[in-house]
This record gives sequence, C-alpha cells and structure tokens, in this order.
Amino acid sequence: MITPTHYMLLSAALFIIGVIGVMVRRNIIIIFMSIELILNAVNINLVAFSREWQHAVGQVFAIFVVAVAAAEAAVGLGIILAFYRNKETVNIDEMNLMKW
Amino acid sequence: MQYIWLIPLLPGLGALVNGLVGIRAFSRRTSGAVACATMIAALGVSLLAFWELLGLPADARAYDVTLASWIPAIPLQTQSGMGSLQVPWGFRLDPLSGLMILVVTGIGTLIHIYSTAYMAAEPRGGVARFFCYLNLFCFFMLVLVLGNNYLVMFVGWEGVGLCSYLLIGYWYQKKSASDAGKKAFITNRIGDWGFILGIFLVFYTFGTLDFRAVQNAAGAMRVESAGIGVLSIICLLLFVGAVGKSAQIPLYVWLPDAMEGPTPVSALIHAATMVTAGVYMVGRNAVLFSHAPTVMLIVAVVGVLTALFAASIGLVQYDIKRVLAYSTVSQLGYMFTAMGVGAFSAGAFHLMTHAFFKALLFLGSGSVIHAMGGEQDMRRMGGLKKYLPVTYATMVIGTLAIAGIPPLSGFFSKDEILFRSFEANKAIWALAVVTAMMTAFYMFRLLSMTFFGAYRGPAWEGAHRVGAHLAADPHDHGHAAAAHGAQDSQAGHGHGHGAWHGPHESPNAMTYPLMALAVGAIVAGFVGIPTALYGGNTIEHFLEPSFTAEEVRLKPDTTTETTTGTTTETATATGTLAATETTTGAAAVTEAESVRSVRLQPDQAPETPEAEESHALLELGLMGFSVLIAAIGIGVAWKLYVTSPEIADQLAERFAGAHRVLSNKYYVDELYDATVISGTMAGGRGLWAVDRNVIDGAVNGTGWVTIISSWFSGLTDRTVVDGLVNLVGRVVEAGSVVFRRLQTGLVQNYALVMLFGIFAFVSIYLFMRAGTL
Repeated sequence: MITPTHYMLLSAALFIIGVIGVMVRRNIIIIFMSIELILNAVNINLVAFSREWQHAVGQVFAIFVVAVAAAEAAVGLGIILAFYRNKETVNIDEMNLMKW
Repeated sequence: MQYIWLIPLLPGLGALVNGLVGIRAFSRRTSGAVACATMIAALGVSLLAFWELLGLPADARAYDVTLASWIPAIPLQTQSGMGSLQVPWGFRLDPLSGLMILVVTGIGTLIHIYSTAYMAAEPRGGVARFFCYLNLFCFFMLVLVLGNNYLVMFVGWEGVGLCSYLLIGYWYQKKSASDAGKKAFITNRIGDWGFILGIFLVFYTFGTLDFRAVQNAAGAMRVESAGIGVLSIICLLLFVGAVGKSAQIPLYVWLPDAMEGPTPVSALIHAATMVTAGVYMVGRNAVLFSHAPTVMLIVAVVGVLTALFAASIGLVQYDIKRVLAYSTVSQLGYMFTAMGVGAFSAGAFHLMTHAFFKALLFLGSGSVIHAMGGEQDMRRMGGLKKYLPVTYATMVIGTLAIAGIPPLSGFFSKDEILFRSFEANKAIWALAVVTAMMTAFYMFRLLSMTFFGAYRGPAWEGAHRVGAHLAADPHDHGHAAAAHGAQDSQAGHGHGHGAWHGPHESPNAMTYPLMALAVGAIVAGFVGIPTALYGGNTIEHFLEPSFTAEEVRLKPDTTTETTTGTTTETATATGTLAATETTTGAAAVTEAESVRSVRLQPDQAPETPEAEESHALLELGLMGFSVLIAAIGIGVAWKLYVTSPEIADQLAERFAGAHRVLSNKYYVDELYDATVISGTMAGGRGLWAVDRNVIDGAVNGTGWVTIISSWFSGLTDRTVVDGLVNLVGRVVEAGSVVFRRLQTGLVQNYALVMLFGIFAFVSIYLFMRAGTL
C-alpha cells in the first residue's frame, strides 16, 4: 500500500534534486529543467493529498501549476533566446549585469 | 482794457509758429512775415490800450488784469506771522508800463521789418530760428513790463535773459559768439541772484508780491534817511539785479561782447529794450527806492561812474558796434543817475528817447556793415556818405540826438537828467557833464570815421583793378572780413549772388525803419519839453502816478472830507515822519502835504513864484551850458577826425599809456579773469579734488568693504555649507563600500541566499512549533 509518506518522500527527493540542480548547474536550460522538477515535486504533493482526502481542489491546483509552468517556460525560453543572441552563451555566470 | 494780455501773447504766438513749424517748413519770407505780423498786431493792441489809458483821469490810470491763478496759496513765514504766497498771472497797465509797451512793440516792429532784409542771406531755417527768438524776446519783454507782481516780472526778466543768450549766440558755430552768449548769461545770473533775494525779502517784509500792495505798504513806512533798514536792503538787492540786466559797473562786461549777435538784436535787445529793464525795474519800485536815500545815492553814483567809465572806453574803440555798445552802457548809466537823484520820470523819459536814437544808430551801423559786406572796423570805412545817403542822413539825426543838440529828443531827456542831478548833487552833475562831452565826441568820431574823409575800405571789382584780388571777397572768404582781422559777426552777410560790388545803400526794408526811427528820434522829446521852455513836461506828469504810492496821491482829495479822527489815524499809519514837521492837531491837508513833500524829492515842494523863476533861469543856464559842452565835443571830434586826422594819431602816441589802457577797456576783463573767474575755477578744481578724493573715496571704500566681506562670505559658503553637504555624500559613499559587495549580479548567489533564508525561517518555525525555542 502506497501511503502519502511515499509520495512525500518521492516529492521531497524530486525537490532536493531540483534545488541542487538550480544551485550547481551553470547552463540556464538545465536550471530551467531543474525548476520544472521543483514544480512537479509540488504537483505530486498536491495530487497525493487530493487523493488522500478525496478533495478535487488539490488537482485543480496541480493543473494551475502545470499551466503556469508552461507559461513560465514560454517566457523564460524567450528571454534565454534573446540573451543567447546577445551574448552567444547560455552560461548563468555571464548574466551578472545587475550589480554595482 | 481787459485785452492787454493779448499784447505779450501775440509775439509769443509768432514765436510758437515760427519755432514749431517755421524752422522746418517756412521760407525766409514767410517766417519774416509771421513775425512782423504778430508784432504789428501787438503794436496795434498796445496803441489801443494806450489810447484808452489816456482817456482815463490821471489818478485812475492803472488797470489790472488777472489772467489766471498761478500760485494759489502757499503758507509761508513772513515778518508778521504766517502769510500766504499768492501769485496770479496778472498784468498791469499804468503810465510806466504803457510807455514801455509802446517802446517795445513800436521799436520791436521796426526792427522786425529791418531784420527781414538784414537776415535775407541767412540759411532758411536760420531765419525762422532768428525770428522765433526775436518774437519770443518780445513776448518775455512785454511780460516783464506788464507783470503786476514781482514774480511775473521775474518770469519776463529771466525770459529776456534767455532770449538774449540765444540771440547773441545766433551764429553758434563761432566760438566768440557762443562765448559771448555764455558771458552775458552768467553775468546776468549774478544780477538775478540779487533780484530774487530782493523778491524773497519783499515777500517776507510785506507778505505780498503785488506791486500796488507793496508800493502802498512801503509808502506808509518811515523813510530810512539814517542807517540801513529793511527797505534799503530790499532796494540794494533789487539794484543788484538791475546792475546785471542793465550792464552797470561792475557787471557791464557782457554788453560789449554781446555785439557778437546780429545787429538788429543789438539794436532791439542790447540798446532799446532789454538792457533798460533794470531802469524800468528801479522805476517800478520808485516808492521803495525813495524810502531808501542811502541806496539812491549808491544808484546815482554807480550810474554816473558807469556813464563816465563806459564813455571813456568808447572814445578809442574802432569797432563800430562796440562804440555803440559802450555808448549804450554809458546812456544806461545816465538813466540810473536820474533814478538815483529821484528823477524817476526823467530816467524813464531818457529810456524812451534813448530807445529811439540808439536803435536808430544800431540799425544805421547795421546798414553800414551790410554795405561793407561784413566789415565792422571803422578804420576800413570812411567816405561812405555818398554811397549810403539815407543811412548817413538818419545816422546824423541819431548822433545829434544822442549828443543832446536841441531840439532833438536826446536834448530834452538828457538835460532833464543833468538839471535834476545838478539840484541833487553837484559832483554827480559834473561827472555827467563830462560824460556828455565824451558822448558828443565819440559819436562824432564814429560819424566822421564812417561817413567822412577818404574811403579806406577794400577795393571792389570795377573800382580799381590793381589790388582787387587782394580785396577780400566777403563771400569767398567765409562771408566775412576775417582776412582783415575784424570781428566778423556779420558772417554770411551779403546778397547771395556773386561778389561784393562795393558799398551800396541798403534795401527799402532797412531804410524805411531807419527813417521811421529818425522821425522818432526827432519828435520823441517833445512830450517832455520842460516848463522852463514853456513846455508842459507832459511826460513827467503822465508818469508821476507810477512812481508814488496810492494813498499819498489820493490824500489831498480824501483828507478834506474825512474827520479829524480818521486823519490822525492815517497820519500815524503813514508813519511818524509827519509828526516831526507838524504839531499834533494840525490841519489835515498840511499834514498830508508834508507827507507828500518828504516822500517826493525836496525840490518838488511847493515853491514861491520867485523861486520858480530862478529855477527856470538856472535850468536854462544849464541847458545852454550842456549844449555848449556837446558842441565842444563835436568840434573836437570834427577837428581830430575830419579836418586834421594826423592830430589824433599824434595824441594817441603822446598819451600812449592812457590810450592803451582805454583801448584795453581798463583791463577789466583781465582783472575779472585774474580774480573772480580764476578764483571760481580754483574753487571748482578744489571742490573737484574733494569730490574725487573724499566722495569718490567713500564710494570706492564702500565698494571695497563689500568686496572683502563678500569674499569672506563666499569662503564660508564654500567651506562650511558645501562641506556639510559633501560630508553627507562622502559618508553615504563610504558606507556603501561594504554593502555593495552583496550585489554580485549572479543569480545563483541570490538563489542560495534565498534558500538559506527560507531554510532559516522554516527552521525557526519548526523549532518554535516544537517548543524548543
């Protein structure tokens, strides 16, 4: 029997992987993908608890998150594309203009 | 006679038209016509007014017209508490001003007509300017003589001074002319200073400036026979004004220089009218002056000394106009002598006759100068009799008149003065007689040098070929006799066509006024034939009311009707002098008579028939004597300048020292230069030094103080105020050194910090939840 604890462990594992990916990788595309992991970790939690408590609100939230993640991906990829055209790179370390 | 204000206004209108429009637009003929028309109109009005005046009874011949209010009422301190200065634009026609307006408009008209021809060669705008000034002069002169109070008179007085300045400097491009104008103006200013102070004192004393009121008030005051009282001071100050205007010692120096003006100006202003304003003014204040015997003596002495002094200078001058100028000064001296010995009407009579013959002589000299193409030096004239017959004939009449040959006008007026001064003071009479001889001499010298003998002037084309090129053509040489070293005040003179064709008679517009004036010079004296010659001395009786206070004149009629009570009142009111002669309670008429006799000159006291007869004999004797004196003067001049001219040169050589002193006018100009003028200049320079060092120093010092203090102020601003502001900036900058390190610009740094932050918050939350915190 799969209990919410399993789901939460899975989601925590995905979240940690995502956070580490955001922190350590230099490629923006990879960072983006890691953010997707984080979001989906949240989605797993929402769906798991929706099932546990027989309540549809969690699923609705998850669909919202997917929709927002899609929009975010579209905007983010656009920015990345524009940045790439400017700098010929997608290395996050090169994006350091916002400093004194 | 309500219309008498028109008399000054008409020439004023002419001046306005010529000044505003004429200078730009009028032709020579038009501007002359405008000026002459206004003068003729003024003459017509004057004659009408005079005729009406004659129609009045003798005691009522005074008419006041108040045209407009001028100074409404200004409270001012006077001797008797607060007074109120009220001055209207008032005119007064009485015998004296009536005589003066006839002289001014009559002679003025003739001179205007003469000027149309004399100034014909001037540039167009210049002619209009000339007539504008000349009309303006007549306006002011008529205001002067018609004004019924001191202030209106003063307006005219200053106005004629201004016009005199403008007309002397008519040829203003010439330095000598503009200098002469300035000299006249400044010298007159000294006199005006006395006049205005006199007016102040009149107001302070009497509380009014109206002639009639002052006259009547002064008539009631004590005669200041001993010492100097307020009336004496007033008279002295007024006389200073008269000395300036009428060119008496010591202020006469401007008049000879004033000859720089055009000759008609010299005739009108500097012979006939303006210079007699001083005499008129003394006559106008006759009541005041006769109450100040000390000042009267000063007037007489100044007058006779001036007469003698100026006549002696006139003996040796060569410039034809200068001779006449000194003659004018001398004749004005005569008039003041007359005023000074109390013969006011004789002075005014001489003023009138002098106006005729002196205007005639000046215009005649103008005609001569015109004929000679600008030459004024008599040494370059001579023998002009045959070229200028009309001028010659009229000049002879004028000369005989001034020399005092009966029955020409000068004889009657001059003898009246001589007779009256003989009665008053033998020394003054003696000096006046010497002057009379000099007058006859220098006038005949002038006549001889100009009209008799051989022609000594420059040759002209058609006369002598040889030397014709040397003879200065007046047109090619700046229209003047400058080449001869003569005074070329008649610059621009001639006919406007080609060369000078030798001496020639002047046009009709010039000779007719000469003839009219010659008639005047002959007949003007007939109004003053003395009683000794079975004449009525009409003019003296005519003028007498102007020279006496009203109450005195009216007293014989009124006192007979008044009660004794009021009579004693009036007697005390008119002063204490009556009491000295009559005991209290004397008959009213006697008292009034005694007041009258003291007020007038002693010799006018009622006389017995025998005394009158001896008087008449004395007068006749004096007349004969002065005619003899004049004849001697004429004879000597004839001998020296016509029959044997070499004697004159010999005399000049023999008395070289005296001749030089006279030729140089007693070095008075030099004396004034050395004392008054250089003194004033030194004073001016001293004041300038004070100005530059003290005043400018103070101003500059203030500037420096401001500069220095502002430098300190700037320093404070820069260091303290700016320093504080900068300090704030620096502190902020220094603080930011640490904190800006936080902003790496690396996204992952920020994310890491956020992670730690969330971790920390969550940890705190969890710990708090667990109750371990």
